[in-house]
Amino acid sequence: MAFINLKDKVIQAKVVYYGPGRCGKTTNLEYVYDKCRTQVNSEMVTVKTQGDRTLFFDFFPFDMGKISGYDVKIQLYTVPGQVKYNSTRRLVLKGVDGVVFVADSAADRRNKNIISIRNLEENLQLYNKNIREIPLVIQYNKRDLEKQGIEILDIETLDNDLNAEFKVPTFEASAVEGTNVVLTLKKIIYLTMSSLEKQLK
Amino acid sequence: MILGQKQLDKIHETLTENLIGSGVQNVMLIDTAGNVIASINDGNETIDLYSLAALAAANFGAMSCMARIVGEDEFSLLFHKGEKENIYFCKVNEELLLVNVFNNQISLGFLRLKMSKVVEELLEVLAS
Repeated sequence: MAFINLKDKVIQAKVVYYGPGRCGKTTNLEYVYDKCRTQVNSEMVTVKTQGDRTLFFDFFPFDMGKISGYDVKIQLYTVPGQVKYNSTRRLVLKGVDGVVFVADSAADRRNKNIISIRNLEENLQLYNKNIREIPLVIQYNKRDLEKQGIEILDIETLDNDLNAEFKVPTFEASAVEGTNVVLTLKKIIYLTMSSLEKQLK
Repeated sequence: MILGQKQLDKIHETLTENLIGSGVQNVMLIDTAGNVIASINDGNETIDLYSLAALAAANFGAMSCMARIVGEDEFSLLFHKGEKENIYFCKVNEELLLVNVFNNQISLGFLRLKMSKVVEELLEVLAS
């Protein structure tokens, strides 16, 4: 749950980018960090392995400016995608207010996407959160692979696999090229803030 | 979690008097999700609080997992020693952690004594 400081008038909310290994979670954050430098007052923290894979998380606070007199800071995190790092994924999910699920559009990654979203559901349950209730946006990343002749999943298949039950907003994106990366972020921030407003009323 | 003005004022007072007053350079009260609840420094600090809080919470979480692997319920304190700067983490309750950044002018033993008093006072404030 977000932290609200009535004295300093600060709201801190946590948004986590979730998804299978190598789906582009870190690339999403790197793009946002590059393009929105004026709203980020600190260095991007990355805890990586030697092979440049996310070991723990990537993190930076994103300054939203003032909303109703409160300074809103969105803490953006990624999780390590590889199956074996489930315990660290759980730690990062603690206190999460909104989730971006980044799916890999490559045809051969279909099964990994499905396993990962189920894993998200299970891990949220550990914190008594329901994937059907938490603010969630799904991003179909790597749409640009088609240009390189790599077979990608069509949107209908991705929708059926990942969003048939949840019916949440989805975005076709390319984190490498920056397509719809900021739009995905704007949507999850909007949903997260609306949900916090509802909980506070 | 929502803390009222009075509670936050009291937290600031306790941390300032006991820790900053004893020579700690920077003290932060954070939650285990990495949010900064209160942060006070001695006037000379320019560290990146939000990143430190995110890493400190993760570090504590990882350490709790390690504790369970070796058969402990938890390690209640963590200490990182540097050449000039040191970090001392201490659990307040299930949700909150205290993170102190201090240099070699203050001894760890003295800090631990101060911290046990601070934790007691914080628990009283949180219960009020």
